Amino acid sequence: MTGRRLNTWLISGPPLLYLVVFFAIPTLIMVLASFRYPGEFGGLAPLVQRGEDGQRIVNLTLENYQRFFSDALYAELFLKSFWYAVITTVLCLVIAYPLAMLIARSPRSHRDLLVLLVILPFWSNFLIRVYAWMILLGPQSVFAGALNALLNAFGLGPVRLLFTPFAVVIGLVYVHLPFMVLPLYANLEKHDPALLDAAQDLGANGWQRFWRVTFPLSLPGVFAGAALVFIPAFGIFAIPDLLGGTSGIMIGNVIKQQFLDTRDWPFGSVLSMVLTVVAVGLAGLAAWYARRARAMA
Amino acid sequence: MSRRSKWLWLVAILGYLFLYAPLVIVVAYSFNDSRLNAQWVGFTLDWYRKLFHNQEMLGAAWNSLLIGVSASAVSTVLGTMAGYAMYRFKLRLLPILVVAPIAIPEILMGVSLLIFFVAIDLTLGLTSIILAHIAFCIGFVAIVVRARLAGMDESLVEAARDLGATPFQAFRLVTLPLIMPGVIAGALMAFTLSIDDFVITYFTAGAGALTLPLEIYTMVKISVTPEVNAVSTLLMLLTLALIVIASRLSPGTLRAGG
Repeated sequence: MTGRRLNTWLISGPPLLYLVVFFAIPTLIMVLASFRYPGEFGGLAPLVQRGEDGQRIVNLTLENYQRFFSDALYAELFLKSFWYAVITTVLCLVIAYPLAMLIARSPRSHRDLLVLLVILPFWSNFLIRVYAWMILLGPQSVFAGALNALLNAFGLGPVRLLFTPFAVVIGLVYVHLPFMVLPLYANLEKHDPALLDAAQDLGANGWQRFWRVTFPLSLPGVFAGAALVFIPAFGIFAIPDLLGGTSGIMIGNVIKQQFLDTRDWPFGSVLSMVLTVVAVGLAGLAAWYARRARAMA
Repeated sequence: MSRRSKWLWLVAILGYLFLYAPLVIVVAYSFNDSRLNAQWVGFTLDWYRKLFHNQEMLGAAWNSLLIGVSASAVSTVLGTMAGYAMYRFKLRLLPILVVAPIAIPEILMGVSLLIFFVAIDLTLGLTSIILAHIAFCIGFVAIVVRARLAGMDESLVEAARDLGATPFQAFRLVTLPLIMPGVIAGALMAFTLSIDDFVITYFTAGAGALTLPLEIYTMVKISVTPEVNAVSTLLMLLTLALIVIASRLSPGTLRAGG
């Protein structure tokens, strides 16, 4: 072994070993668990058993996957979570775009502060940010009171805000917004203002300059932000758990339930596997689109 | 100012309002002399006083601190090694393993670690939480350190080598002092992430250990009380202080966070 290779191993070895043991192996164990039988008292049944004739039997099955594909309930739940995540991503994009544009076009000296102001709230505890919306949307809150008074003026009955799908989407948007602002800003900041001047000289109005110049150029940022918002939003369980009530549950809640309440780990692992495949698949798609958009820009 | 930029400002101000109003409300209600998070009744510090007499909460805070310090210490060493290795060598597996825990939904890491700890017969508690936190912090430290290394003047290391320093001496005497702000920023980030983590802790804590986020979660699940507002305000203050220190040491750290 040459000195350089020894060095490589000495330096990359310890973190590599740690991540293999505490990330790669647990993930593989979860993959295997999705093919195992549930234990009598929850958890997992023994993988290898001695049969009556003393032969060793390996207990593996496809039953868990069959259960997933035979009950439409789970597919519907994935679809519902998918739509919540899509709506969240779109709303984040709509709110983040003007914010990112403003930051990118303000004087250089102001930019860092404006970016910091976007990131700061997201460094506060995740649960606190969700909890804040429990106060705001709760029936006693000033905000909910004002909204219901307004609705009342139009002859519409009082609406419940907390423990609804609406509350879940608000929470999801709130928590993930910075993930959309940052990649958008990073992209918009690099645009050459001369392009907009050129478009104006050629007779393009404000909207045309936006739709035909700025927006197409920002697509890599849009896709990066979409992936960063969509993936965590898709698998989340704490937000629907606290804001959603029974009508707002998502696939993350069912995974949590399978592992901690029902303790059917093999089936919980199946749901986790499907979540991983869908999330990583969609992220890969977004990355591919982003690369293509960059290549065309 | 053109009409267009006025419009942009208006939307942006609404955006910032959306980001800050909820947090301001949490802080404000922590000083409100009422059990309900509704009308403003009067100023009080009662909720903070209550908090400091809540033994369970203090125990949870102590656990969080212990976990945060241990997890950030180990993940800073391992993350710095990973960041340096990724910068210096062409590696295939390490970059994937560094980014993957950050890129997948958190719940997946939580449940797979739960199965893993039970499979190796480790009793769930402080140890399992610390081991789990190290695993997700390494990536963040590695990314910050690597970014810092990318901004380093490589000729300084070459000069040290020309002057007869061994690779290790060059690292210890030249590279390490230069990337130190990045390392410290990474450590503070790991500490913040550990103190704040809920999802992975929720799955790896078992019945044994309670951390601040777990305690907050339990309280919020039962009822919304001003005591939660008070602990939230203190936690926000702590995070803010750490962020200010981290950004002083290494501008741009905040952007690498997640």
